[in-house]
Amino acid sequence: METETTTNGTIEGAAKPKLTAKDFASDQDVRWCPGCGDYSILAQVQRVMPSFNLPKEKTVFVAGIGCSSRFPYYMDTYGFHGIHGRASSIASGLKMARPDLDVWVTSGDGDLLSIGGNHFIHTLRRNLDIVILMFNNKIYGLTKGQYSPTSEHGKITKSSPFGTLEEPFNPLTLALGSGGSFVARSMDRDPKHMQDTISKGKGHNGTAFIEIFQNCNIYNDGAHELYTEKDTKPDHTLFVENGKPLLFGAKKDKGIKLNGFRPEIININEGNNSVNDVIVYDETSKELAMIVAQLSDFNDYPVPFGVLYKVQKPVYEAQMEEQIEDSIEQLGKGSLEKLLFAGNTWEIK
Amino acid sequence: MEKTVEVLKSATVRFAGDSGDGMQIVGSRFTETSAFFGNDLSTFPDYPAEIRAPAGTLFGVSGFQIQFSSQDVYSPGDEPDVLVAMNPAALKVNLKDLKQHGTIIANEDAFIEKNLNLAGYKTNPLEDGSLAGYKLIKVPVTRATNNAVKDLGLTAKDANRCKNFYALGITYWLYDRPLDITMHWLESKFSKNPVIAEANIKALKAGYYFGETAEIFTTRYKVAPAKLPKGIYRNITGNHAAALGILAASLKSGLPLFLGSYPITPASDILHDLSSFKNFGVKTFQAEDEIAAVCAAIGAAFGGSLAFTSTSGPGMALKQEAIGLAVMVELPLVIANIQRGGPSTGLPTKTEQADLFQAILGRNGECPLPVVAASSPADCFMMMFEAARIACKFMTPVIFLSDGYLANGAEPWRIPHETELPVIEGDFRTEKEGYFPYMRDEFLARPWVKPGTPGMEHRIGGLEKQHITGNVSYDTANHEFMVKLRAEKVKNIENYIPLAEIDGDPEGELLIIGWGSTYGSITSARERLLAKGYKVSRVHLKYLNPMPKNLGDILKRFKKVLVPELNLGQLSMLLRANYLKDVIGFNKVQGLPFKASEIEKKVIELLTEK
Repeated sequence: METETTTNGTIEGAAKPKLTAKDFASDQDVRWCPGCGDYSILAQVQRVMPSFNLPKEKTVFVAGIGCSSRFPYYMDTYGFHGIHGRASSIASGLKMARPDLDVWVTSGDGDLLSIGGNHFIHTLRRNLDIVILMFNNKIYGLTKGQYSPTSEHGKITKSSPFGTLEEPFNPLTLALGSGGSFVARSMDRDPKHMQDTISKGKGHNGTAFIEIFQNCNIYNDGAHELYTEKDTKPDHTLFVENGKPLLFGAKKDKGIKLNGFRPEIININEGNNSVNDVIVYDETSKELAMIVAQLSDFNDYPVPFGVLYKVQKPVYEAQMEEQIEDSIEQLGKGSLEKLLFAGNTWEIK
Repeated sequence: MEKTVEVLKSATVRFAGDSGDGMQIVGSRFTETSAFFGNDLSTFPDYPAEIRAPAGTLFGVSGFQIQFSSQDVYSPGDEPDVLVAMNPAALKVNLKDLKQHGTIIANEDAFIEKNLNLAGYKTNPLEDGSLAGYKLIKVPVTRATNNAVKDLGLTAKDANRCKNFYALGITYWLYDRPLDITMHWLESKFSKNPVIAEANIKALKAGYYFGETAEIFTTRYKVAPAKLPKGIYRNITGNHAAALGILAASLKSGLPLFLGSYPITPASDILHDLSSFKNFGVKTFQAEDEIAAVCAAIGAAFGGSLAFTSTSGPGMALKQEAIGLAVMVELPLVIANIQRGGPSTGLPTKTEQADLFQAILGRNGECPLPVVAASSPADCFMMMFEAARIACKFMTPVIFLSDGYLANGAEPWRIPHETELPVIEGDFRTEKEGYFPYMRDEFLARPWVKPGTPGMEHRIGGLEKQHITGNVSYDTANHEFMVKLRAEKVKNIENYIPLAEIDGDPEGELLIIGWGSTYGSITSARERLLAKGYKVSRVHLKYLNPMPKNLGDILKRFKKVLVPELNLGQLSMLLRANYLKDVIGFNKVQGLPFKASEIEKKVIELLTEK
């Protein structure tokens, strides 16, 4: 991947050798099960990190609990392996305290949407400039195979031997509904797309939420195979790109057309339909993002991938700094002595 | 008519009315005036959990008590000398506390049938002779107030709302207080609505003149200024003092202050105060819940801030898992628990000391951390400062305990100058050579390395750490070693805190040990006992974990040890467990502080029993 070269040529760090993916690998043994989709995510993250041209010491990976949450141990950056569900909160506090740091959250469907669901939605609406990578394997792996908030209705697992009784979350509509300013999806089996999506997320000024379909080959093997395997992928996935028509299928002959608010699948080479009937994607349209994100909730529709939504919104920590600066400008830098002796005081002689 | 002036050493006044009657406001004004006047004082606001409980009901009664004196004051007083009752319910709820032959100033306009029924009075107590044992002064407060403000063109509702200041005016006359401080306060409070300020000032003056001219008051009281140590004073509540204490710690350590908090009674004022200190660079974050609040603070601590989270009992319970994380990752963090009545939602606006176990023992695993407690409203400043000092020096979370009584109670505070405060060590390691995340200094603290420091990238987390390297370790022997090391680190802090001081003889028949907000009641009780010729020593603990290292020796030197606590005996159990001393618990869980007389009685009982 190409990186931008600066024109002044004397930026700090220019003298340092350019970092590679290897520089971001820590000395710890990776302990995920062989064949786990997490390996691909780790590899793609390590591959794209050098392209951001940030010193390693400015980068912090924060995690909660779960297989995904061991991620920070494998990155040779600063890292914090927190407690179950609370990665978003630890990362939020860190980013508020240190806006200069590049803060990432790695989490899973259970950690982020179940025990950490409250923090997740509030973090999105606050819009701190962080990246949240959610590894979605639709199962609890570390606790050995219970259903997760993204498991499909009726799923048979260790804790649901007769099938689950609940509808899964759609993480993308949940993120959009929570006011997320960048909402995207990728998959473990498509490294290029993942690298591209992560890079776009990193480039976004605000909270970037990226759901990554990830296979747990021990407890939920094949959960995403319809979307990841060569022969079924083209007909079951929709890769959205800003400004481009929503086409899919092996021959790119199928498209999504809007009939009122209702999306319909058309074949652009059949009947009266043409590519002109297909929606041209606009990543700044929340209405469109909601419609496309919901495609996966219905049978027979393809599952969307790519950046579904991206808009610029006020960033929390920047506003926090602004309030402080404004306050100092108006009142002057606070003096403890003055504050202690403020209000009605009296002297005892 | 010329009235006699009686000089008193101290007096206690209680204002009581509906929760919407503004009793807390006039109580605070009386406090401010008395403080300014130079009295030593102590206050006790007591109000219902409901913001505006239905008018006239017993459970909607809000009270504010103040003791002011020409001598040292340690508690808000046991029994008020004067009760201001704005309605029948206020009289009913508070009468039992009034001193024998005490004075009742009652708003007779409110003693109408509806209110009498709500308060459960079959007949009007102002008329039926049932108050014959008291000095009853009936004042038409509502009518007189309306009369005083009638030229201002206020709505009936606004006019009626001035009656608390009329009542305040009467008490100002009764105790010879100046009006100007309250008048200035009203002018500045209602600077955008000067008619309201004027109305309240008129009501205040009318009440004052009523005292002066009415034939019903025959005596006026004078309480001279107290002889306090030299210095500049202000009046301060525990929560304000706590907020200033942590801010001072931030400035003296050079560490930026970060507060993660979630609103909860009675701790929210700390969040409010710190939110207004933006020009000090303070960052405050009102999180979505208690857990997010403490976790954000832990994130900020990792980033190099002086991290702080404030809460009360129920919120404390929610934070415990995260506090365990802070113990494991060994980052400085100050946790303030402003205790209230529990369990569960309990008594949100009432005071209690029942979270001592929760503070010392309340996490999974072997999870020790330092615990300190403030003993008076003003002491919240120094103990909060001390909590931050310990947190930074020893790289550990520290729990600061206060309670509803200290949080909302006020007392005069001799303000320390910035230069009098010690410097707090909060140094970051930047030396790469020989660095390991879990290496230790002579205090057993690990180095604090901020993200952004080149070449020192490391990972921390809640999994057990290998000694020195900080790598994840499941090694069983290492785990036991680390559990003991964390315990030793906290225990070792006993060498860096003051020894317990004994007030009175260093040995003898009876020692009283208290902690936290019982300081005032115990001090008053002991003074009374000494005056009666009893020999009583006392120790007041501000460091609950570790405890002062001379405490065991002190306990051995007394035949009897009495431990008054607003719980069912939590400190008692710790003292028994740690020092094998058969201490005697004296416990109260009524949501109220001890009365000095209660402790006094108990001590006499112990000293005279066969």
